Amino acid sequence: MRISEAWLREYVNPAISTQQLVGQLTMAGLEVDSVQAVAADFSGVVVGEVLSLAQHPDADRLRVCQVAVGGPEPLQIVCGASNVRAGLKVAAALIGAVLPGDFKIKKSKLRGVESYGMLCSEQELGMAAESQGLMELPNAAPVGADIRAYLALDDTLIELDLTPNRADCLSVEGLAREVAALNGMELELRQTEPVPACHQQELPVHVSAPHACPCYLGRMILGVNATAPTPLWMQERLRRSGLRSLGPLVDVTNYVLLELGQPLHAFDADKLQGGIHVRYARQDEPVALLNGQNIPLDSDTLIIADTNQALALAGVMGGMDSAVSGTTRNIFLECAFFSPQTLAGKARRYGLHTDSSHRFERGVDPTLQQRAIERASQLILEIAGGQPGPVTQMTDAAALPKRLPVRLRRQRLERLLGMALPEAHITGIFRCLGMAVQPESDGWSITPPGRRFDIAIEADLIEELARIHGYNRLPSSRPLMSAQLAPASENVIDIERLKDLLVDRGYREAITYSFVDADIQNLVAPDDTFLRLQNPISAELSVMRTTLWCGLLKAALHNTHRQQDRVRLFETGLRFVGIDGQTRQEKMLAGLVLGGTYDEQWGEKTRKADFFDTKADVEALFKLTGCPAQFAKTEHPALHPGQSAKILAESGDCIGHLGMLHPTLEKQLGFETPVFLFELSQDLVLAKRKPAFKPLSKFPSVRRDLALLVEEHITAGEIIATVQGMAETLLKELAIFDVYRGQGVAAGYKSIALSLVLQNDQQTLTDADIDATVNKILETLTQKINATLRE
Amino acid sequence: MSATLEETLAQSLKDLASAEDLARLDQIRVHFLGKKGLFTEQMKTLGSLPPEQRKLAGQVINQAKDRFQSQLDVKKTALETEALAARLASESIDVTLPGRGQAVGGLHPVTTTLRRIHEIFGGVGFKVVEGPEIEDDYHNFTALNIPAHHPARAMHDTFYFDAHTVLRTHTSPVQIRVMETQTPPLKVIAPGRVYRCDSDLTHTPMFHQVEGFLVDTDVSFADLKGIIYEFLSAFFEKDIPVRFRPSYFPFTEPSAEVDIECVMCGGAGCRVCKQTGWLEVMGCGMIHPEVFKAVNVDGERYTGFAFGMGVERLAMLRYGINDLRLFFENDLKFLEQFN
Repeated sequence: MRISEAWLREYVNPAISTQQLVGQLTMAGLEVDSVQAVAADFSGVVVGEVLSLAQHPDADRLRVCQVAVGGPEPLQIVCGASNVRAGLKVAAALIGAVLPGDFKIKKSKLRGVESYGMLCSEQELGMAAESQGLMELPNAAPVGADIRAYLALDDTLIELDLTPNRADCLSVEGLAREVAALNGMELELRQTEPVPACHQQELPVHVSAPHACPCYLGRMILGVNATAPTPLWMQERLRRSGLRSLGPLVDVTNYVLLELGQPLHAFDADKLQGGIHVRYARQDEPVALLNGQNIPLDSDTLIIADTNQALALAGVMGGMDSAVSGTTRNIFLECAFFSPQTLAGKARRYGLHTDSSHRFERGVDPTLQQRAIERASQLILEIAGGQPGPVTQMTDAAALPKRLPVRLRRQRLERLLGMALPEAHITGIFRCLGMAVQPESDGWSITPPGRRFDIAIEADLIEELARIHGYNRLPSSRPLMSAQLAPASENVIDIERLKDLLVDRGYREAITYSFVDADIQNLVAPDDTFLRLQNPISAELSVMRTTLWCGLLKAALHNTHRQQDRVRLFETGLRFVGIDGQTRQEKMLAGLVLGGTYDEQWGEKTRKADFFDTKADVEALFKLTGCPAQFAKTEHPALHPGQSAKILAESGDCIGHLGMLHPTLEKQLGFETPVFLFELSQDLVLAKRKPAFKPLSKFPSVRRDLALLVEEHITAGEIIATVQGMAETLLKELAIFDVYRGQGVAAGYKSIALSLVLQNDQQTLTDADIDATVNKILETLTQKINATLRE
Repeated sequence: MSATLEETLAQSLKDLASAEDLARLDQIRVHFLGKKGLFTEQMKTLGSLPPEQRKLAGQVINQAKDRFQSQLDVKKTALETEALAARLASESIDVTLPGRGQAVGGLHPVTTTLRRIHEIFGGVGFKVVEGPEIEDDYHNFTALNIPAHHPARAMHDTFYFDAHTVLRTHTSPVQIRVMETQTPPLKVIAPGRVYRCDSDLTHTPMFHQVEGFLVDTDVSFADLKGIIYEFLSAFFEKDIPVRFRPSYFPFTEPSAEVDIECVMCGGAGCRVCKQTGWLEVMGCGMIHPEVFKAVNVDGERYTGFAFGMGVERLAMLRYGINDLRLFFENDLKFLEQFN
């Protein structure tokens, strides 16, 4: 909400500067978003009247004007604005005037014609960001008057960002009440005398939903002049609050909305058929709104209708068919209270948001309607004339919201704020805020005024006290922390440790959006069931990722498109995958490797990272946890069929996948080099094994190497598993240290070099022990996987 | 001294002087002192002398030998020193060349910031708890005292999957989830991703928050103020001016926004703080009785506070990052600045 400081100060004028006032509001929870002068600094500009004008002899676009400015003689001023015309009242900058930006007006010659000043636009006076043509002043503007004084430009616009609980401050009067309370001042409300009826014409009003509309007031005003000019002061106040002048009838309802916070509506009475019906819409009942929209309504929407049709969305927007216009003669003025519960969410549902719905949704003072309709009537009569009728009133007192007394216990107050406040201070604050205070044995019973929808429980009262007293004057203490020793589990490793490991191995952490492009999602994980957002920001961010690879691939592309030829990224976060109709949110750890194994360097040959480089990083993670993991060949839609592995825990559960991005995807996505990916389920990879000590052997170990010939399809994993399956007690270490194909090895075979480290815990090994064990291993390998010793 | 001995000694010293390396020196040693060396041969001639002359002749030969030996030692030391110097010279490298092997990567600045927040709160016993990111509207809104159609829901720009399933708009639902399953006293921080349907210069549709809350029998607003002051001065590593401003959150009452003095201009007023000299960094308040009611915690017996902060916002202020969107582009040139 934006209001004029001068308007506010007309109600309550504490002896503090604008800066202090703004600070006070912000610190009272009424956050000031911006403070802006109504007009920039300027001087020497007066009201002028263009008496006559002539074409400039040497310039098509310029006119030579004779302008009365209050002196004995008119001034000759050359002007290029298209709207300059004889009789127009304008803002004339005289010789010696200083316009915004320290622009001094001097006598000058424009194409040979002397000019003794300048006629100004709103933009030139710093009153608008842009404007077309001269500022046009009302005909009644007094010639020669200083513009600043005439338009009351020494004023400030205060823009407030009010929280939804403080609807009571959505008006000048509401805000003034708050300022008065903050400064310990009394606010004198203006009394509005009831407008006496000049005739007895009424429109029948039927309220069929009294709970939604417990109070509906209406009045016929006959014979108004809908083209009467809105007075300058009202136009200026509306303009300063961001509202355009739309004729006296709409201007008055808008003005009262700003002044008191009560939305009103003026119907063209001659366009109404029969009476007014406040009722719920029929399902899909049409309404033509003021903004030109035709919408079908839902049956839970409250409307104002006449006997024939829906006219307006109650409390949200008036209708086209019954709107006032320049030809309107008779009006029906509506002033109602619609319950917040009824209005809640309706404007939003229809894509509408109006000053009226904003207030009704949050709560308009249910005691305000009588005053507001009288105030609006009075202003209409003053400006547009007309004959007022009596006020038709449909009020269901039982359905009006009531403010119940709220108990405040002294002890609770002290416990929550951590301090005691003096009794007089407490009751003083509540009275300033218009609350009725009733002392009780252990505290007070406080009844808030009708406008304070936000005061319903004890904590609300405590906040009010704290707010007016000042949050920064409340004490601050060190909370007593009941300390407990933290467990230090060794069954699970902290994900942060795994992140550190990857960082140490040259990866950078990425954070990518959890929602991704459906196209990438479908390319990378075509078999996964994913979730689609109903209201995504864009198609690129529209479905929930079922794998972190979607985001990492996009992040890698972002970098390869920026001359990065080596990318190592990892990310942790949730994936969202549909399984059996349920969405599982699983914590994952994923990585991406592209380009050289190392940064280019003088001491190492540059080599592109491959499957095994990436696998080493994954294996390192398992080294940290001590839990063994098996890698098994697999197929994955995103991965190269010959270079993809699933990773299995000892239990057989699949921990994740590792592999090379499928060359087809590599091309489709726009990579120019192979990409390696891994993704692991955090829950599984974080399982840690508590170390178990084994005594060290005192006896020397012996190493024996075996060069085995095996068929090509036999995997390293099978060989290792075969030997480990024998559970030889002497065998302490087992490793593959060479894989060879080529000369000396028949096609379809490969040579695997195996190192065996043997050791006895009880005694020094004898040659016989060693040979027996090695032979047994060899025999088993021959038997199980047809391995032979390479000659 | 016999002429032969004299000649041998002279020759041996001459040979030593001309020796250029340790190998040659060793040859010379063998040539003169070996089993068949020239001095050794001289000693063998002693046997042919009459006994009374033997002692004297022996002494003379030994003196010659000793002279040779001491010259040999000197020469050996000299040659060894020379050889070492040559080796050292030949093995000299350019120590300014970079080291070899894998470079170190780095953490995302959001993680670095989260770790610092965890460290600060972890030190006084706050436990880290995480919650789901796809939430039901009960936990995200209703249980937090934001019923359907409450205007506060409109403030949240929610992403929906269906009428009742949303991407969480804040980390506050973790408060509900914790209090549903655990009983006070509770000291929890809940970090994580949150989502708002909003994207422009200063908003990304996803960002990170840390929710913190403490519930115990005698928690006051003063305690809340105390812990926020301490946290902010720990986080920014200086005593930064802080102010509390009344605000509104449906799930706390009283509620406050916390401002710090603008770290860019020191409070003088600049573009970043919109000329106010203050920057909003977090929201907080005393847990609303309706929230306690929703999770069956006795609001008469227990009180508590909750606070929530934007992690990217804190990281931007801490490191002077000027564009929120950079956090999710994952440009290596951005990421590598935070090691």
